[in-house]
Amino acid sequence: MSEQQPVKLIGAFGSPFAHRAEVALKLKGVPYELILEDLENKSDLLLTHNPVHNMVPVLLHGDETVCESLVIVEYVDETFDGPPLLPKNSYDRAKARFWAHFIEHRCLKPFWLSMWTEGEVQTEFMEETKQNLTLLEAQLNGKKFFGGDTIGYLDLAACMLAQWHDALEKVTGVSLVTDDDFPDLRRWAKEYTSNEAVKQCLPKRDLLVTYFGLHKQKYKSFANALVSQKEVK
Amino acid sequence: MIPYLHPGTLNIYEPFVKAMAGEGDELKLLGMWASPFVLRTRLALSFKGLSHDYIEEEIFGNKSKLLLMSNPVHKKVPVLIHNGKAICESQVIVQYIDEVFTGTDRPSLLPANPYDRAVARFWATYIDDKLFTSFMTMIKGKTSEEKAEGRKQSFAVAETLEGALKELSKGKPFFGGDNVGYLDIALGGFVAWVHTGDILSGSKQFDANKTPLLAAWFERFCALDATKAVMPDVEKLVDLSKMRQARDDAAAAAVSQSS
Repeated sequence: MSEQQPVKLIGAFGSPFAHRAEVALKLKGVPYELILEDLENKSDLLLTHNPVHNMVPVLLHGDETVCESLVIVEYVDETFDGPPLLPKNSYDRAKARFWAHFIEHRCLKPFWLSMWTEGEVQTEFMEETKQNLTLLEAQLNGKKFFGGDTIGYLDLAACMLAQWHDALEKVTGVSLVTDDDFPDLRRWAKEYTSNEAVKQCLPKRDLLVTYFGLHKQKYKSFANALVSQKEVK
Repeated sequence: MIPYLHPGTLNIYEPFVKAMAGEGDELKLLGMWASPFVLRTRLALSFKGLSHDYIEEEIFGNKSKLLLMSNPVHKKVPVLIHNGKAICESQVIVQYIDEVFTGTDRPSLLPANPYDRAVARFWATYIDDKLFTSFMTMIKGKTSEEKAEGRKQSFAVAETLEGALKELSKGKPFFGGDNVGYLDIALGGFVAWVHTGDILSGSKQFDANKTPLLAAWFERFCALDATKAVMPDVEKLVDLSKMRQARDDAAAAAVSQSS
């Protein structure tokens, strides 16, 4: 696919996954059209281009469609010129993919569930999140970003721990990533949200707070349903 | 002798272990014979023609020091150790060996084109999210209703994969086209479990009536020499499944008696 073909990104307000894809395009300097979905009322465009999951983000590049945020980030990195998002070295790339998988499955899942569950179940999720965030934080190892001096794949994977965490903390009162417990992650979050490319794609904190507040009940029901399924796994 | 890294050191967070003496490329795979993720990795090594040492971890025994040091985060197999460096997570490992070991005698698993690669990665993620989850529900569901629900989900996933196979193969034998590719290997990791499930249930997971392309792919993939070279013994898997089921049933009975 020629780099010159038009690029469209189907996203939605508040989606950290759409944010990842959008920042990747911004970092590469790729012009694109952003199409915002109403997730309560999904468009035919979204449903036809992501029939498997019906979810954002979806990247349309000419006639081609790419789904799954981290798959999109790799695709953007491989297709367009500009600063590399993944490391050049194969072993470092493997490490980045490993930690992105870890973030997705061992950090973000329990992190999200910590916000919307209660009692003993919530305490367990919070413990699990904190243990795993400790392991993740060690990967920063004094660097500005997970990617080193510049933002990379792993920083995009971790984006929810920045802006979204603060908004969720305000709505739910659940505080996970504190300055005392995770000083490096907090420092990273400030660097991340100060970055020029990121700022252009970041939902405003107070709007996120309103958004999460509006959908609180729905998130609580989903979280509790997922918990009862989780016991099977 | 591998130097022991104290758990308090920063290195415990790094999937890395000091090299043992060796010349050239040294590949070791830590695995467990019944794991679909280990099979996936073994398939990749087999199709790439990569010789390696295979180290079996015990299923119900203690995890080895080498495993605990090289995958301190998850303490799980598979782990590939390449010249002393540990790589974990089956899909990460397969991409790593595909990128590192190239050349005319080392067929590429991922397509050359970035879009085709994105499509392969998308479906590989789908397989791990949906197919694996449905299999786990079938196996570990607490009630027969839950297990049946898992089976129903697995058929729905198979139908979706049938569509993917039709689109990606374009009439050729594999997801990768004429030759086995990344997605064939991603799905291929599950073929031993599928065989086992077919024997235990008396019916086909990839039913030729519902998913004819997948059914044909399954037979074709399992008949390849590179697959047969690493396939676990399905009879042993059946025995293991029966043993695990008996153990789970006994545990459930004990719980219901004591409550």
